[in-house]
Amino acid sequence: MSHSDAETASDALVAMRGITIQFPGVKALDGVDLVLRAGEVHALMGENGAGKSTLIKALTGEYAVDAGTITVAGEPRVFHGTADAQSAGISTVYQEVNLCANLSVGENVMLGHELRRGGRIDWRATHRAAAEHLENLGVELDTRTSLSTHSIAVQQLVAISRAMVTDAKVLVLDEPTSSLDRSEVEQLFSVMRDLRARGVAILFVTHFLDQVFEIADRCTVLRNGRLVGEYPLPSLTPGSLVQLMLGRELDDLEALSSVADRHVDRSGAPVVRATGTGRKGVIEPTDIDVYPGEVVGIAGLLGSGRTELARLLAGADHADSGQIEVAGKAARLANPRSAIDHGIAYSSEDRRAEGILGDLTVAENIVLGIQARRGWRKLRKAEQDAVVAEYIAALGVRPASPSTLIRNLSGGNQQKVLLARWLATAPALLILDEPTRGIDVGAKADIQRKVAELSARGLAVVFISSELEEVLRLSQRIVVMRDRRKIGELASHDVDVDAVIDFIAHEGQEGAA
Amino acid sequence: MSAVMKHRLFWPLVVLLALILLNTVSRPSFVRITVHDGRLYGSLIDILRNSAPLMLVALGMTLVIATRGIDLSVGAIMAVSGAVALTIIQDSGDPANPAVLAVAIGTAVGAGLVCGLWNGFLISVLGIQPIIATLVLMLAGRGIALLITGGFITTINSDPYKFMAQGYVLGLPFAFYVSLVAIAIVALIERRTALGMLTEAVGINPEASRLAGVRARGIIWGAYAASGLLAGFAGILYSSNIMAADANAAGLYIELDAILAVVLGGTSLAGGTFSIAGTVVGAFTIQTLKSTITFLGVPPAVTPVFMAAVVVVVVLVQSRRFRRFMGRLPARLRTWTSRTPDGAEAAS
Repeated sequence: MSHSDAETASDALVAMRGITIQFPGVKALDGVDLVLRAGEVHALMGENGAGKSTLIKALTGEYAVDAGTITVAGEPRVFHGTADAQSAGISTVYQEVNLCANLSVGENVMLGHELRRGGRIDWRATHRAAAEHLENLGVELDTRTSLSTHSIAVQQLVAISRAMVTDAKVLVLDEPTSSLDRSEVEQLFSVMRDLRARGVAILFVTHFLDQVFEIADRCTVLRNGRLVGEYPLPSLTPGSLVQLMLGRELDDLEALSSVADRHVDRSGAPVVRATGTGRKGVIEPTDIDVYPGEVVGIAGLLGSGRTELARLLAGADHADSGQIEVAGKAARLANPRSAIDHGIAYSSEDRRAEGILGDLTVAENIVLGIQARRGWRKLRKAEQDAVVAEYIAALGVRPASPSTLIRNLSGGNQQKVLLARWLATAPALLILDEPTRGIDVGAKADIQRKVAELSARGLAVVFISSELEEVLRLSQRIVVMRDRRKIGELASHDVDVDAVIDFIAHEGQEGAA
Repeated sequence: MSAVMKHRLFWPLVVLLALILLNTVSRPSFVRITVHDGRLYGSLIDILRNSAPLMLVALGMTLVIATRGIDLSVGAIMAVSGAVALTIIQDSGDPANPAVLAVAIGTAVGAGLVCGLWNGFLISVLGIQPIIATLVLMLAGRGIALLITGGFITTINSDPYKFMAQGYVLGLPFAFYVSLVAIAIVALIERRTALGMLTEAVGINPEASRLAGVRARGIIWGAYAASGLLAGFAGILYSSNIMAADANAAGLYIELDAILAVVLGGTSLAGGTFSIAGTVVGAFTIQTLKSTITFLGVPPAVTPVFMAAVVVVVVLVQSRRFRRFMGRLPARLRTWTSRTPDGAEAAS
């Protein structure tokens, strides 16, 4: 796949060569190359922790490189900040759209480039220009509406228009499709195709393999901070791409499929039984029970009440109706702490806002759960080291260094640390809300395997995920939610993904009628 | 060397040493320490002694700031504490009696603790924003102190009381020992128990900490209580130094000095990870800066401007971004000067 220097020099818009970035205790990137050509969609692939985000931040000027060169349009550049990269024509649209939600669409598109007349901003002309930029992308919007009233998909398109206002030659899209539905993805792709035809180089980062094959022309694969290679996509299959990313074959998940059929002994008392548990305006009274050694999946769309139910069981929100029994005895779960004291651990779907403590180390993040219960009495150093080492090894946290700040870890590894925090408290029930969202195939498999293993040893688990395959693979029973209420329960060995989707789509309506 | 430079105390210490150097260069007697009657005298000893009230207040402020809070009421609490202590001593009619002093100091420090508990209640239970909640006591506290002293400046004559701020033990000022003990106790409680880590967790992300089972309310409440308690002690030292309870002047603006000391020590106002050692260096830096002003004979009229200028420089020196900017400045100037004559190149 190597190109001669002459060839790359002629059509390369951006050439990053030998990029090395060192964090305290971690070599995030080690001599990585990335070449973007005008008029191509280039996918950047790799597991979590492979160095994708770091490479993007080097390209957009957020991180200074410790070694290596960046050439834009044949001219060597050193970026001292994002402004430098932007003036070189490199624009980024991040996973979490970074626009001003309280400003109008037009103000967001034109921010910093407002049209002026006589020293004052000519708002009419500015909005007209914004509308033109949006139309160029095939988007029709009232530019005076507040940005926050629009969906994430529209906001993303606004962010792209904004990038085009600055006349970007290179557009970096970091996980743009993770919160879009299928038709929104189509709209985004048609915009991307259009920009490609106009000669823009697009760097596309995603975890969705099928999208890569649908839109990308070429891809660069990273693994553990090193370059695996650059490949034209037609030469790859999804299987071979996954193999390049992981460096190993992935048969492990297949082996897990037997988990769902495992027999669960429901003769004793359930670990947790909720009867008519609900909260006004949030979720209708719901029944759910989980037995030792059982994985109960919760299936349902975003906003169906699945997270809300989990939060009631975890004491994160207060239930205003119904009873909750823990191990056969009535329990009052007034706050997360009382739930934890009852052996209920809850890992939130929002890893960054409700999970990790970014400025603390991996070790501190792991022991926090134990420490919170002990109060002031500090865990002895030797005890702490043992716990931390045990879980880092058991869950395969990378880098396996307890003193690294957790914010320097990739999403998948942060998730593993959070899992470690909860497992260290030796819970009876583990509630996992979207534990595999936005993490790569390898980490996903690790986490699923761990869940299967723990439940086989008697841990009760509530498993929530948007990916129905995952829910079906792991759970023995599936609670189906829709419109903030439970619409039924399925035994997972009787159904497949289509049947669950069908159930969500139809059963709920019948029930409501 | 670079490992030393990356240590979080490196730049705070550089600033402190630079200030001492500045004084020494302008007048070498600054670092001279003389022995007289078995006691040490000199500007540096004065700094150790005079920094004690600020040190106590800054220690409490560190804990409060670590929880994402702020305590503006510390100066007013000092006024309350001083007023309580001196009123009790004055009313007793026996100002040298150790029992009277013990009661006076105990009550005064207790008053500080009550003030801190009140702040903590408003913030951790009622959920009022820290800056507003402590503003209440910042304004009301001096009024309370005036009520206690009956609107007068209470003065007393008590040698044992005077000893606390002005006495010497083993050649060093007693107030310095008070500082040391406070530093040691706070550091031990925070670092030898898990309280420090839990405080940092609450400051970094209150919601994530709550979900992890941390009892954030107690930790935040405790931080304000500690701040009030330490301000109570600071009030004793202050009133002992002037042997008077002046409700209007005691601890005036000390909250700002304390916040500055915490920030100079490398603890972020955004909360989270904190450094006790950093705050200690920060408090010494501010006291040294105050001595510098007297020592260099800066006219009183321009003292605030001088102080502000020094603070700006100090904060800039500690800013990583500013240092990086200065480090690149020569290179930037070179490219700039080489490009400007050729307009075409600059435009490309």
